[in-house]
Amino acid sequence: MDIDPLSSPLFEIRRLSKAYGQKRVLDDVSFDVGRGECLVVLGRSGSGKSVLLRQLNGLERPDGGSVVFDGIELSALTERELFPLRRRIAMLFQSGAMFDSLTVGQNVGFPIAEHTDKEPGAIADLAVEKLRMVGLEGIADKMPSALSGGMRKRAALARSLALDPEVILFDEPTTGLDPVTSAAIGHLIRSTQERLGTTSVVVTHDLALARAIADRIGFLSDQTFRFLGSWEEARAAGDAALTDFLEGRFREADVA
Amino acid sequence: MSLLDRGGEAVRHVGAIGILSAQAVTAMLRPRYEVGAWIREMEQVGVRSLGVAAITTVFTGMVLALQTAYSLPSLGVKYYIGTVVSKSLVRELGPVLTALIVGGRIGSGMTAELGTMKVTEQIDALRSMAADPVKKLVVPKLVASLVMLPALTILGNLLGILGGLLIAVFQLDLTAGFFVNDVLGSQTLSDVVSGIGKSFFFAFFIAIIGCYNGLTARGGADGVGRATTNTVVMTSILVMVSDFFLTKLFYTLF
Repeated sequence: MDIDPLSSPLFEIRRLSKAYGQKRVLDDVSFDVGRGECLVVLGRSGSGKSVLLRQLNGLERPDGGSVVFDGIELSALTERELFPLRRRIAMLFQSGAMFDSLTVGQNVGFPIAEHTDKEPGAIADLAVEKLRMVGLEGIADKMPSALSGGMRKRAALARSLALDPEVILFDEPTTGLDPVTSAAIGHLIRSTQERLGTTSVVVTHDLALARAIADRIGFLSDQTFRFLGSWEEARAAGDAALTDFLEGRFREADVA
Repeated sequence: MSLLDRGGEAVRHVGAIGILSAQAVTAMLRPRYEVGAWIREMEQVGVRSLGVAAITTVFTGMVLALQTAYSLPSLGVKYYIGTVVSKSLVRELGPVLTALIVGGRIGSGMTAELGTMKVTEQIDALRSMAADPVKKLVVPKLVASLVMLPALTILGNLLGILGGLLIAVFQLDLTAGFFVNDVLGSQTLSDVVSGIGKSFFFAFFIAIIGCYNGLTARGGADGVGRATTNTVVMTSILVMVSDFFLTKLFYTLF
C-alpha cells in the first residue's frame, strides 16, 4: 500500500477501560484501526478480546476512555443514535447467531428488509446473491439448524455482508471448525476484504488464521495490548509472553 | 448475600422492569407497526391457549354452582345460583384464573424464547444489525397479550357460566331459562368493566415479566431454565397481589 492507512484511522481507541464488578477486563487500551486493514487481536481465552470487539460497535459501553469511529465518539451516543453507525459496521458472532425461527434466506435478507424499502422478491434475490458470494448455493430455504457449523458461519458472513458494510468485526470466526474449513473461512475473510475494500477487526486465538489474514496483529494480555504491530515487529520484539503464545509453548506458571 | 444486598438487587430489578415497560410502550406506539409479527404472536398466545383456558373455566363454573348449592341448602340459595356463579366469575375468578393458567403458559414461553436468543447471541446480533430488540421482539408479545388475555377472559367467563348452567339444569333441577335470566339480571356494567379491566393489567405484567426475564437470562441452558421458572413464580405472585389492589381500585372507581 502506498499511503499509510493509519494516517487517517477509521477507529481511534484511547485509554479504554472496562470492568465487570471487581474484575478488570480491559485497562488503558489504546490503538487505531486503519482504513482497509485487517487487524487481528490475539490473546488467550478470557483475555477480554470479545469484550474489546463489542466496544467497537457500541454493544457494550466502556467504563472510561473513548472509542471514536470515523470521527464520531461512540460512548456519547444513545442506543438509537448508534443505529446509523451499526449499518456501516457489521459483526460476525462466534456462534453465527442466526435467527433460528427464520430460514437462511430470510436471515440474510433481514438487515436489507429492516433498512431498505426493497420488495420482498428483490430482497430474496439479494439474499441468494450474498449467499453465493460466500460459496453457498441452494440453501436459502433451509433452516439454520439444518446447516453444519462451517456452513452456518458462512451464512452468517453472508448476512453481515448484506448491507455492504465498511467494517466487519469477527468474533472467533473459526472456533469449533476443522482445519480445512477454518482455512476456507480465512480465505473468505481475506478475499471479501480485498474485493470489497472493507476494514476488518478479527478476534481469535487461531494462529493459522491470523497468519493467513492479518496486516497487523495485537496481543492482548493482562488487560491491555502487550504488543501491536506487524509480524516482523512481533518476531523482533522478543517479548517472552508473546513468543510463548505464538509458538504455543506452555509454562507451569501460566496455568491460571 | 446479605439482606441489604438482596434488597438492593430487588430494587434494581424493579427499576429495570420499569424501564423496559416504558421502552415497550413507546416502541409500541411508534411506527412502523409490524402487524404480521403481532398476528403470529396472537396465534401463539391466544389460539394455542384456548384449550387450557376453556377447561379451567368450565370446571370452575361447575364447581362454583355445586359448592354454593350444597353449602347453603336450607336458604334456597339454589335459586340464586346464576347470580353467584356469574358475579364470582366475571368480576374475579375469570380474569384471575385465566391470568394464572394462561399467564404461566405464555409468560414462560416468552422467557424461554428470548432467553435462548439471548444466550446464543441472537439478541446481540439484532442490535448489531441496528434493529431494536424491544421493537422487534417485546412489542409483538405485549400487543398479543393485551389483545388475547382479555379475549380469553371473556370467553372463559362465558364458558364458566355455561358450566354453572349445566350443573343448575342437570343437578339442581332448574330450567336453563331461569338460570340465564338470573345471570343477565344480576350482571352490571361495573362487574364486566372491572373484570375485563383487570385482565389488561395482568396481560401487561405477564408480557413484561416474561420478556424481562428472557432478555436478562445468562449462562446457557441452565440460566434459561432458571429464568423460565422465575417467570412462572413472579407472574403468579404479581397476579394475586395486584388483583387485591385492582379489586379495591375498581370498587372505588365504579
